Order: sequence, then C-alpha cells, then structure tokens
Amino acid sequence: MHEEMPLPMNYALLVMGAPYSQQAAHSALRFAMALPARGHRVGTVFFYHDGVYNASRLMTPPRDEPHLLERWCELHDQQQTQLLVCVASGLRRGLLDQREAQRHEREAHTLEAPFELTGLGQLIEAGLTHDRLLTFAP
Amino acid sequence: MSENVQRLLIIIRHSPTGSSWVREALETALVGAALGQSISLLFMGEGVLALLPAQQSGPLGQKGTGAMIDVLPMYDIEQLHVTDASLEHLGLRRSQLACDTGPAEPAELIAQSDLVLNF
Repeated sequence: MHEEMPLPMNYALLVMGAPYSQQAAHSALRFAMALPARGHRVGTVFFYHDGVYNASRLMTPPRDEPHLLERWCELHDQQQTQLLVCVASGLRRGLLDQREAQRHEREAHTLEAPFELTGLGQLIEAGLTHDRLLTFAP
Repeated sequence: MSENVQRLLIIIRHSPTGSSWVREALETALVGAALGQSISLLFMGEGVLALLPAQQSGPLGQKGTGAMIDVLPMYDIEQLHVTDASLEHLGLRRSQLACDTGPAEPAELIAQSDLVLNF
C-alpha cells in the first residue's frame, strides 16, 4: 500500500527574523526544503521587519556554518520561489538593489537577484494567491 | 490584484515604543485596506498601549504610531478589537482608549478570518 499523498499546496512564507540571531529564518528554510517530499512547494517568501537582512548579498558567515543567502538561492533554483523583500523595511536597514543604490547615491548595492525589492502589497497578494501563508517571526 | 476580498486579521501584541512591530503591523493594515481587503485589528497584551491617546515618538526616533491609528477610519478600518483581559492586565478602562473598540474573543476572530498576521 502506498501512503496517500496530500493535495499539492503552494505556500507563501512571511519571514520576520534576522539571520543567525533568531531561529525564524532557519526554521523557514527547513520547512521550505522539506515541502517537496510531500508534493508541496513554496511559491513566495516575503521578507519583512528584520527578516530583510536575509537578503544581504554581502553576508559572510564562517565556513562551517550554514550560509543562509546560498540556501535561499538554492530554494529559488529548486522551487522557482519568488524572494520578495519589503522595500520600506529594506531601505531603512541598508538593503538596496543597484537601482535604489544609484537613486540614493550609495557607493554599493547590498541586494541582488534572485531577491527583489517590492511593496507590502505583494504580501497581501501572496495571502490571496497561495494556499497557505505561514509566518516565521522571532 | 484579484477581485476576491479576504478577511484579514492583524494581531498586535507589542507596545508601540521600543520596537517597530506596531508601525509595521499598521502599515500592513493600511496597505491591505488600500487594496480593498476587509481588515480587523486585534490588540492584545502591551499592544493595547498603542491605543492610548497622545502618543509620542519612542526611543527609535521614528514617527509615533498615534497618527496611523487616527487615519484607520479613513481606510475603512473600523473593527478594532481589544480583549477585556488585556485591559484588566494593564489596569486600563476601555473608555481611556483614543478610539472606539469592541471586546474580542481571539479564537472567534481567528476562525472568521482568511488570513491572520501576528505582530
């Protein structure tokens, strides 16, 4: 007898915890990576509050620790997950893509594809268009 | 944006000063309302303090959240819920709050909502 597979679901995750200082991002990644085994996927991750730090392209953890930026990029590659970063939370905390960096005359950008700066409306939209939205907060 | 209206419940549990949780929760509520969603707010624990009048900017040096509370009716956000237990815990009366609120049964509110966001 085969175990019956549940109906495939498209998840959205809201991540509000900073990487390395809180468990939230780590838990969100483990959850996301486990979904395909049950036939599900994560369509969108929305980073808000201190969660935006997960998108820092300059993050440089010690080699023997998980590299969260690389894990998020893997998730994007494996599940075509959109990685959306709240632009208002991001700019305050120094997360700027090339366009914003130029616009605000900063010497470097700290965020790049597959991460995207977007508005909060995308979080509401994700709640509407995905089967589940789960929050991972500190 | 889809034409569906979803019932969105935003739960605020942090005090309005000392962290950006309340401001970021209210921003989410305003954006949701601007997109035509039906928004309810539930204030619990120290989150109730966000409803006291004459809010000042807190230690983060950001604009206080009082102005955001004041504009909620303009966004058709009129369902503000506060649990009796939270009021009692903080030694407050409902009449001391800056706007009209109704008592709340959190479990019921959550059950009636399509999407719940917790701040």
